[in-house]
Formats: sequence, C-alpha cells, structure tokens
Amino acid sequence: MDLDALMRCLGTGSCVVTQLTSGMIIGMLLFLIASGVTLIFGVLNVINFAHGSLYMLGAYIALTFYQATGSYFVAVVGAALAVGLLGILFERFLMSKVYGSNVLMQLLVCYAVVLITDDLVKIIWGPRVLSMGMPAEFRLPPLRFLGGVVPPYYLFMIGAAIATGLVLWLVIAGTRFGKVVRAAAVNGPMVSALGIRVNLYYAAVFAIGSGLAGIAGALAAPVRSLTPGMGFSILIESFIVTVIGGMGSIVGAFVAAIIIGMTRSFGSIGFPLFVDGVMFLIMALVLIFKPSGLFGRVQR
Amino acid sequence: MNRRWRDLGLAGLGLVALLLVPVFGAPPAIRDFIMFGMAYGLLAMSLNLLIGYTGLVSFGHAMFFASGAYAFGLAMQSGKFSIPAAFALAILFTAALALVVGAICVRLNEIYFAFLTLAFQMLFYNVILGWVSFTGGDQGLMGGIPRPKFLGIDLADRMQLYVFCSVAFIVCIALLRQIVTSPFGYTLRLIRDNQERAAFLGINVPMVKLACFVMSACIAAVGGILLSLFVSGAYPNFGFWTTSGEAIFMIMLGGSNVFLGPLVGTVILRLLNDIAVSYTTHTDLVLGIVILALVLGLRKGPLDLLAERWENRRQAKAQAVRDAADKDAQKGRDA
Repeated sequence: MDLDALMRCLGTGSCVVTQLTSGMIIGMLLFLIASGVTLIFGVLNVINFAHGSLYMLGAYIALTFYQATGSYFVAVVGAALAVGLLGILFERFLMSKVYGSNVLMQLLVCYAVVLITDDLVKIIWGPRVLSMGMPAEFRLPPLRFLGGVVPPYYLFMIGAAIATGLVLWLVIAGTRFGKVVRAAAVNGPMVSALGIRVNLYYAAVFAIGSGLAGIAGALAAPVRSLTPGMGFSILIESFIVTVIGGMGSIVGAFVAAIIIGMTRSFGSIGFPLFVDGVMFLIMALVLIFKPSGLFGRVQR
Repeated sequence: MNRRWRDLGLAGLGLVALLLVPVFGAPPAIRDFIMFGMAYGLLAMSLNLLIGYTGLVSFGHAMFFASGAYAFGLAMQSGKFSIPAAFALAILFTAALALVVGAICVRLNEIYFAFLTLAFQMLFYNVILGWVSFTGGDQGLMGGIPRPKFLGIDLADRMQLYVFCSVAFIVCIALLRQIVTSPFGYTLRLIRDNQERAAFLGINVPMVKLACFVMSACIAAVGGILLSLFVSGAYPNFGFWTTSGEAIFMIMLGGSNVFLGPLVGTVILRLLNDIAVSYTTHTDLVLGIVILALVLGLRKGPLDLLAERWENRRQAKAQAVRDAADKDAQKGRDA
C-alpha cells in the first residue's frame, strides 16, 4: 500500500500522462478481446474460453509476418485475417457441434483447444519467450505532453483499437449484416425461418470475434513478450471486463476495459499487491448491484 | 436404512481392498499411483457433486484443492498445530473461502457461474504466486511439511501414511454417498433438473446451492491435504486452471451419472497421462485430441454411455418379458 505515491503521481503531469497512456494500452487490448467474447456470447450464447488462444496466435502470426515482410501493417492485417480464418474453422468443425449441449461439453471443447494450441505454439515457435521489438515504422523520437513521454507506437495502438471498435460498432448498428446479427442474437430460429442462412452469420460472427482477438494479439506483440500460455491471463481480465460492461454490449466492453486498464496502471503505483483484488472487487460490486453489467441487457 | 448399511458395508470392503494392496507386496510405484489417484479422485468426486448432481458447472474447483493443501502445509510449518488440528483448520479455511466465493457466484446463471469460478480461481492462484514471503511463490511451499507423531501414528512412515490416506479417502467417499442419497441429495437433483419447480416447492435454491458448494469445496480440500502429505509440499499448479480442467475431464471420462464414475475417470486420465508421458513430451496435445475425439464423437462420457446402453437393454428385456406375459394371458383368455 503506497497511496502517498499515488497522490504524488496524480500531482505531477508527467506521471499522469505516462500512467494514462499505459492504462489506455492495457484497456484497448482488453477491449478488443472482450468485444470479441461479448459479441460471440451475445449472438451464439456460448462463452469462448479459448479466446485467449486466438489472441496468442494473433501475436505469434504477426511476429512471423513481420519477420517475413518487414512491414508491421502487413503483420497486423495478416494476423487479423489468419486468426479470423482459424476462428471459422474452430466454429464450423468444433464449437458448432456443441451449441445445443450443456456448458460442460462447450467447456471441454475449449479446454482441449487451449491445450492443443499451447502445445502447437511450442512446437512451431519454440517454448522460449519471444519478442518482436518496436516495429521499424515506429522507431521515432517519443512525443512529449505536459512533461510526460509517450512513444508514438502507443498513440498508434490506441488509435487503431478505437478505430476498430468504431468500425465494429458501425457494422453492428448500421448495416444490414448487423441487423441480421442482432436479430439472430434475439431469436436465431426465427431469423432462420425467414429464409436467412443463420449458420453463415454464426460463422461470420465467430470470424469477426476471432479477428478482433488476432488484431489485439498483433497490436500487443511489440509491447508484450510472447510465450505459450500468454492468452490465459488476459482472457480472465477480458471476462472481468465483459461482466462489468455487460454481456453482449460493445459500448459496455469499451467503458469497462478503460476502467480496468486505469485500475491496473494507477493501481500498480498506489496498491501494487492489491490490483487483482481491486479488479475483482469492482466486478463483485457490479454483480451485486447490477448483475446485468453497466450496459448489459437483462439476461434472457 | 437397508441401503445405508449396504453402502457402509461396501465402503468397508473398499477400505479393506485398498489396505490389501500393499499387503500383497505391490511395488511402491503402484502404491504411489493409488495415493495420487485418491487425492485427485476426491477432487473429481467432490466436483461431481456440483456438476453431476446440482448442475453447477464450476471451472474453479482446483482453488479449494490448493487452499486445502496450502492451509494445511502452512499450519504444519508454523509448528503450532498437530496434524489433526491442521487438518481441521485447512478444511475450515476452505469452507470460509468457499462461502465467500459461493455467495457471489451461486445466484448467477450457468455460464456466468462457470467463468466467475474460473476468475476467482485465477485470483487465488495469483495471490499464491504473488505473496512470495508467505507461500513461496512459484517455488511452492519449500522445506517440506513436518509430520509430528500424533496418537501413535507416524505419517513420516510411507506405509502408515498410506493407511491414513486410505481411511480419510474412504470416509470422504462415504460422506459423499451419504450426501447424494439423502433428501438433501435429491433436492440437489431437483434443482439441477428444474430450478423453478424447486423454488415453487419452497426450497431456498441459492441457499441449497451454497451449502452444496461449501461441502464440495471441503471434500476437495481433503484431497489437497492428502496430496500435500504425499509430496510433502504444496505447489501453485494445484490451483491452476488446468487442474480444474483436468477434474472436469475426469468427470466426463468416467461419467457424471454414475456415483463412482469420476473416480474411474481419474484412474483412466492418470493412466493416459502416464502412457502419453512415456511416448512424447507433448502430453497436452495428446490430451486435447483425446478430449475432442470423446466430446465430439460420443457427446457424453464413455461410462455414461455404457450405463445408458445397459439401462436401455434392461428396460427392453423387462418390456419383452411383460409382452410375453401379456401374450400368454391373451392366449389363456382366448382358450
């Protein structure tokens, strides 16, 4: 416990700027992952416990693309597409077989997929910790705000995440595709009865959710170390984000991700040992006072 | 009443069988296999009280397994407690932990319940990893767990430890049997099958679920204590999510509708693991593929499937006998 340090930090501009940006970095990664989880849950009513593995694959695939092409932008787009494709395979060949069965079977399928991908990553990329380093495009002098130092990559990352979120929101809220998806979330069989091939939409939603995890992985690669199993801890945090924000709500995921990101970054100064505890406390409070989450619909 | 005596008799027979294993000079490897099986068996059996009987799919059960092991180990290392006292303390601590976690989780629907238990487990795991001065962090509880003699029993002796664990194991299994055959156990099944109906009948559903959650956590804690006694330590991976995943898979392997199913699953999984380890370093890959094959191929536990087939055949036979009797009666009337 060092609340004095937190107070001192809040008094100086440079410290606030540094912590705000690092909080936003954490928050935006969580937002991208959580919005995939929440989208898949909202439409398909399954929790993808293997979502962290998709994030991990995104990071590793981005690393490979970057090393092969030397372009970070190609790496991000490549990772998003590749992981989206893997998401379709995962949905079509595994998850879709257990939609009707109980949670136990869904849990087991995800558990198996997590085990398999972790081991495959070890086989393909090796068990050692890898790092991408700062991409060539962003080896620029850092920017300064109020005496705080902000690497340009951080700004790019936050901007890219927000842009992705906006596009997602526009697609869901404003297009015909989004309308069908929202309708399928409320009543899939009815949508199917209207002559729409709802299975295609399910696969597409899974692909989008996976692609978001792939983008998150690619964006995380320059600032995180890559290890097999890196997906699991971030998965737990993204679950917390979805619970706080409300299942099925993308806006909720955004707000909750920023709350958790800031808790993490400012908490690491003020109460480093209790950061996890505070996150859980926030979640428990939300569950007790507003079980559907800050922006969630009431559970069906 | 009859049934209860029969179950007690079976429990006694089970204990005798367990104790006979070393008498017949089984190699230590087999004894160790059984000891590990007992610890993980209690984890899976207690989890099935939640999953199979109450329909609460918990993905965080290993948290209580670890809390039993750590509380017991830390109490023993403090040197202030005898083994029975530390045993009781570890169970009490786990019960308190389960009460808090359960109070938050039991009101939630199925999916929320699964991942909130998972999340609390990760919190617990991170506390173990982070609180290095107290728990030893990722090194686990170092320095071994002291085992002072009590009541003339010396658990430092491998054989006496085996007997002690067998007794504790059988007592827990008998307790579980008692729970599932009691009216409380039937209330659990009612909740699993139809919560609304249970509530209409005046059952306080969250309360019963919470009670079940705490009981099952306590039995998992005993499993953890046994494991900490065998390995003379406690390690963070006792409470890692993969341990919970394994426990769920044991239940699925053995079948959740057969009382001892999870125990069979434990044995199968441990054998599978031992075999896989001797052929490849990528045991997780093998395990994952086996799980997928079973889940997507059979869609239920192999033992559940067998039990179902057997039940179907029995019913078909009974039906055939009844049909034959009907026919005979018909003939009799015709004649």
